[in-house]
Amino acid sequence: MAISTLRIVWLYPDLLSTYGDRGNLLVLAHRARARGIDVEPMQIRSDQHIPHTADMYLIGGGEDGPQAVAADRLLQDGALSRAAEAGKPILAICAGYQLLGSSFYANGRAYEGLNILDLRSDRGPSRAVGEIAGDAHPQLGIGPITGFENHGGRTHLGEAVQPLARVTAGVGNDGATEGAWAGHVIGTYMHGPGLARNPKLADLLLAWAVGTDPAQLPPLDDTWPERLRFERFQALQAAAQ
Amino acid sequence: MSANLTPRAKFATTLLRTAAALSRATGRGDGSVIGGRVGLIVEPRLLELLAEGRHVVLISGTNGKTTTTRFTTAALEAIGKVATNSFGANMPTGHTTALAKAPKAEYAALECDEHYLGQLLDAANPKVVALLNLSRDQLDRAMEVTALAAKWRQTLQASGAQSTIVANADDPLIVWAASVCPRVVWVAAGQSWTADSAICPNCGAHLDRFGEFWRCTNCGLNRPSPQWSVAHQGEAVVGPDGRRYDLNLQLPGRVNRANAATALAVASLFGVDPAQAAPRLSEVASVAGRYAKVERDGRHLRLLLAKNPAGWLESFDMIDPVPPVVLSLNAREVDGFDTSWIYDVDFTSLAGRKVVVTGDRRTDLAVRLEVDGVDFLVVDDIRAAIAAVPPGPVEVVANYTAFQDIRAEFNRVN
Ligand SMILES: [Zn+2]
Repeated sequence: MAISTLRIVWLYPDLLSTYGDRGNLLVLAHRARARGIDVEPMQIRSDQHIPHTADMYLIGGGEDGPQAVAADRLLQDGALSRAAEAGKPILAICAGYQLLGSSFYANGRAYEGLNILDLRSDRGPSRAVGEIAGDAHPQLGIGPITGFENHGGRTHLGEAVQPLARVTAGVGNDGATEGAWAGHVIGTYMHGPGLARNPKLADLLLAWAVGTDPAQLPPLDDTWPERLRFERFQALQAAAQ
Repeated sequence: MSANLTPRAKFATTLLRTAAALSRATGRGDGSVIGGRVGLIVEPRLLELLAEGRHVVLISGTNGKTTTTRFTTAALEAIGKVATNSFGANMPTGHTTALAKAPKAEYAALECDEHYLGQLLDAANPKVVALLNLSRDQLDRAMEVTALAAKWRQTLQASGAQSTIVANADDPLIVWAASVCPRVVWVAAGQSWTADSAICPNCGAHLDRFGEFWRCTNCGLNRPSPQWSVAHQGEAVVGPDGRRYDLNLQLPGRVNRANAATALAVASLFGVDPAQAAPRLSEVASVAGRYAKVERDGRHLRLLLAKNPAGWLESFDMIDPVPPVVLSLNAREVDGFDTSWIYDVDFTSLAGRKVVVTGDRRTDLAVRLEVDGVDFLVVDDIRAAIAAVPPGPVEVVANYTAFQDIRAEFNRVN
C-alpha cells in the first residue's frame, strides 16, 4: 500500500462531538494499525486551519448552534471542499452530514451549507430517535448497515448523490433512504460508533484513503463486531414481532 | 412544618403514607413515587404546604447528587432532624413523600432531578440550592446539556433570588447558570469531563483553560474565585477563611472529596460548624448501594454506579490499580437506549489488568474494549463474573439498571 502513515483529521470536536463521535476515529485507527498502517489522528478545533494534506476527514454531530457556527467556519476555511474535490474520503455524521448539503435548518431558520453533497435538509415532523438499519447501496459492497439515530432533520437527496442505504428500520433521511454518498464522501445519520457496528464501511473508507480495494486489506478477526451486528439486527426483528 | 396543615393537606398526607406503605408491603419498591402521586392528586399544593416553614436545601446536577445529598443530610443532622429523599426518588412525588414521612424535621435536604429544579424552586422555597455539574447523560431522550444550563439560568433568574446558591466554580455551564443569582458561594468542585464546555455557554467563543482556571476570550465569563476547595495535599476541605477541615471519608475518589466540600459549604450556611460536620461525613459508608462492599466466595466486591461518560471516568479514577474490574452495561429505558456514549469514555487505563464484562449490552462493551486494546472476558451475569476472578478484591462498575441487577443479587445492599 502506498501510505505508511494515515493522517486522519477529526474536524471541530469542540463543536461537533455529541454522541461518542470520536468512536469513528478510534475504530479507523484501530483497524488501520491492525494492518500495520500507522495513524496520525489530528483533532482540529474550529479556531484552527484545516490541513490540506490529510488522508481522511471526519466530522461529527452536534446541536443547532454549534452546527451553524461549524458550517460558517468550514465555508470560510475552504479546505474541506478542496479535500472533497481531490477525492479524499470524508465521513460526516448527523449535523455534520446535513452541513455538507446545499442548505440545512437550525435555530429556526435555513443556513447555507458547503455544497459538497447534492442534498438539502429541513425539519421533520418529529424527532427520529432509535435503532436504524438498512441495506447499503449494492455498489458499496458493505451489506446491511446498523446504527443509532437521533435527529430532528429530514434530508432530501439530489440527482448527483446516491443513498447510502435503503432503510429497513428507523427513519434516516426520510423513512425510505438513509445517508448519502458521492465519490469518496459519505454522510449518515448513524451517529457515534457507526463504524464500530459497520466494520465494512470503516474498511471501505480506509481502502479509499490508502488507494486500494477493500478486498486487498488483510482481514481482521471481527468476531465481536459481527456478534454485535447480529444482536442489533435480532433486537430489531424481535421488536417488529 | 406540618403543624398548621389544612385538613385537606392532612388528609392527603395520610393517604400518601398509606399508599406508600401498601406499595412497600406488596413489594413494589419503597413507595416514594406512588405515595407522592396519591398525595399530590388529593392536594396539588401538598409539596408546597409540607415544605412551608422548613429550612430546605435542593441539590442538583448530572453526577454526585445522591452522595452529596447524603453528606449534606449527615452534616445537618448535627443540629436537627432532616427530611431527605434517600431512596433516590428525586422528582416532586419523591420530595412530597420525603417531607410527609418526616413531619417533625425542621430541615430538608432534597436531591432534585435536573429537569425539575424550576418546579422545586417555586414549591419548596429553598434557603440554599447546590448545583454540582452538568454533562451529557441519557443522550436519546434528555435535553442537550447546554439547553439544560440555559433553562437553569432562566429558572434561577426568575425564582432563585431568595436562595443562596452553592455552585461549582470549575464547571462553566454551572457558573453561567448560577451567576444570575445575587448570592453565590463558589466551591472548587472540579470537572472530570470538559468536552461539554469547550465553548462558552454565554457567547459560543472558545474557553481558554490554564490549569484549573478558565475564561472566555470574548465575553469575559470566567472561573470565579472559590470560597471552598478540596486541599491539594491530603484529605481535607479548605473553607472561606483558609481553615482546613480534615476528611476521613470511607467513600473513594477526588470526586467524593469535592462532594464533601459542597456539603460542608451548604451546612455552614445553615449554621453548622464545618469542624463539627466533617467527622459526620466519614460515617457514610455507602449510598443506596453505591460504594457498598459485599463478599461472595472470598471475592470482596466494591460496587460503583456510573451512569454516563463523566461517571465512568470518575470511577476509573476511584478504583484501586491492581484488582480485577467487572464492567456491566445495560440500555434499558432509564439507562437510555443509546450506548454510543461508551465511545466518550477512555478505557485505556484498564489495559494490563483483568477485565470482565457483563450486562445486557456486554457485546457493545467488548467491541469498545477491543478498539482500546484492552483484553477482556465476556460473561453472562455477575455470578459468572465472580467465578471468573480469583478471590480477593474486585472493583465493579455498572450503569443504572445494571447496578440495580447486581444489588438485587446481594439482597439489595445499601
Ligand atoms: Zn463568552
